[in-house]
Amino acid sequence: MTARADGEPATGGALRADVGVVRGGFDLEVRADVRAGEILAVLGPNGAGKSTLLRALAGLLPVSRGRVTVGDQTWDDADRGTFVPAVDRRVGLVFQDYRLFPHLTVLDNVAFSRHVRGGRRPDARAHAREVLERLGIEELSARGPGQLSGGQAQRVALARALASDPRLLLLDEPLAALDARTRLEIRTELRGYLATFGGPTLVVTHDPLEAMVLADRILVLEGGRAVQEGVPAAVARRPATEYVARLVGLNLYRGAMTDRSTGRVDLDDGGRLFAAGHDPDDGGGHVVPLPATRMLVAVAPTAISLYTHSPDAGSARNVWTGTVAGLELLTDRVRVAVDGTPDAIVDITPAALADLELRTGQQVWLTAKATEVTAYPAPG
Amino acid sequence: MTDDGDRQAPPGRSPSSVRAVTDAGRRTPWPLGVPAAVAVAFLLLPLAGMFVLAPWRDLPRILAESQAVEALRLSLVTASVTTVISVVVGVPLAWVLARSRGRAIRLLRALVTLPLVLPPVVGGVALLLAYGRNGIAGRWLYDWTGYQIPFTTAAVVVAQTFVAMPFLVVTVEGALRSADAGLEEAAATLGARPVTTFRRVTLPLVAPSLAAGAVLCWARALGEFGATITFAGNLPGVTQAMPSAVYRAFETDPPAAVALSLVLLTVSVAVLVLLRDRWLRPGAGL
Repeated sequence: MTARADGEPATGGALRADVGVVRGGFDLEVRADVRAGEILAVLGPNGAGKSTLLRALAGLLPVSRGRVTVGDQTWDDADRGTFVPAVDRRVGLVFQDYRLFPHLTVLDNVAFSRHVRGGRRPDARAHAREVLERLGIEELSARGPGQLSGGQAQRVALARALASDPRLLLLDEPLAALDARTRLEIRTELRGYLATFGGPTLVVTHDPLEAMVLADRILVLEGGRAVQEGVPAAVARRPATEYVARLVGLNLYRGAMTDRSTGRVDLDDGGRLFAAGHDPDDGGGHVVPLPATRMLVAVAPTAISLYTHSPDAGSARNVWTGTVAGLELLTDRVRVAVDGTPDAIVDITPAALADLELRTGQQVWLTAKATEVTAYPAPG
Repeated sequence: MTDDGDRQAPPGRSPSSVRAVTDAGRRTPWPLGVPAAVAVAFLLLPLAGMFVLAPWRDLPRILAESQAVEALRLSLVTASVTTVISVVVGVPLAWVLARSRGRAIRLLRALVTLPLVLPPVVGGVALLLAYGRNGIAGRWLYDWTGYQIPFTTAAVVVAQTFVAMPFLVVTVEGALRSADAGLEEAAATLGARPVTTFRRVTLPLVAPSLAAGAVLCWARALGEFGATITFAGNLPGVTQAMPSAVYRAFETDPPAAVALSLVLLTVSVAVLVLLRDRWLRPGAGL
């Protein structure tokens, strides 16, 4: 293979996509670069444009603007009128509903791509057997798709995509069709399988846990726009939008820093918080917010303490009051929604709930140590 | 909610009493049962009449003497040729109708399925006007080749195809329409071009419907009378298929007509057996 004009080797095979897709009132504008061997999760709510992006990358939908390149190949270039259809793209797409061919055995499903691309049937089958072995599911070879469990079908769909020698691997909500228990098993396995693929991988999901476990990097998509991009830990710790904060289970507030020395942030919806939380990703605080800078403030529900009486003047610098708006029992803790200035989600233990005898409408005091409150500049 | 509540067992009642209530609910009420019985009698009496009054003893002689064997052979051959032609051009047509959108396609679908509801004899007249010696297409054919279709064995096939092919088209189109287009998309991402996808994915998926459509088409071709007698005539050995033979026999030798009818009835029953899984299963559609 030849090197590109800008010196990047063709074998690098990175995905570079900078595309706009307009589709019946909805428009998607997104940039996604994925290195070979890297896994990017596109995380977003329903209707954010995740599937549209996926279909555009797969060549099932032409882009309205921009370019898609993989390695030295241009798949889409709206300016030059280049459009390589799905059939010529060599993209491995694992559909959410798997879409295994019901009339073919598992082996022939996996051998399908090599065979229709001109390979002899025995060769295609031998290769399919190899891929199935690599994924540890060769014992399913002779079965029909109807005889597979959800987890098995998922693996076969991945095997079929990998067996097509793709330059780009796309997974659409890979675990969404599985029951909770199987999802748990497959999630960690899937990461291992994906590691066997050397090209760029893009996983579309609405499940933050899936994104955190599977991906090297997360791109958060909302309303057709990328609102945040970063390594999973950074996205989890410093959510850029309420949607991400809710996904990762953090209280998130918008405000302006009014006193840099005390870390005081006046919140847009009323109230103030003192933030002295240290973010390990800052590397010693290279982001030094100026006064009045637009800030986001994140507080974990477990970092807030809840009292039914005014707490003693103590160590916590953030103290405010509110009323209990709702209680929700999670598996190992109780989530309390508190209306106040600001509103907050607070997690307490079931034992604490019994001691406090909380009920809706009850007045409560909330405290949070400044060191547990993280403030960072709002993006954009 | 109410529905579910009604069906559930009230607390404290034994399951057996619930079973009894359910069975009572399934008993046919007489305002429906009586007309249904009338309908059954109406449909079955003619068949019974045929069995009762058939000249069973003379059957072998009648069949041997009449042109039954010749007519049956012609019928089987032409109906089979018709089915092959219908599959070859009808399946692609069904694919186009199922996969295309737009007003023009809807109109096209209505037009190509018109023979389903058109009186066959009208079809025969229309065929004469199109492919007859003075027809809009037949004229050119005659001028160029000296060949004319009407009143040949080929005309029998043409008439049967005109009437029977729409049965195959609508059956296959329905199957293609409900076949998962997502699988075709999956095939495309795996590198299969449209023709390959059609051959390796779509066609196998609709194979049961294609078989049913072909049998239906064949059966309809076998029974075709109106268009055939108008467009192809009734020449023994050339254009006289079974239905025409029955018609001719009925004018001259009624017992022979009954004997020939029994042969056709046997074929029909065979078709029904072939399609039993498809039609005799409650709730199954085309």
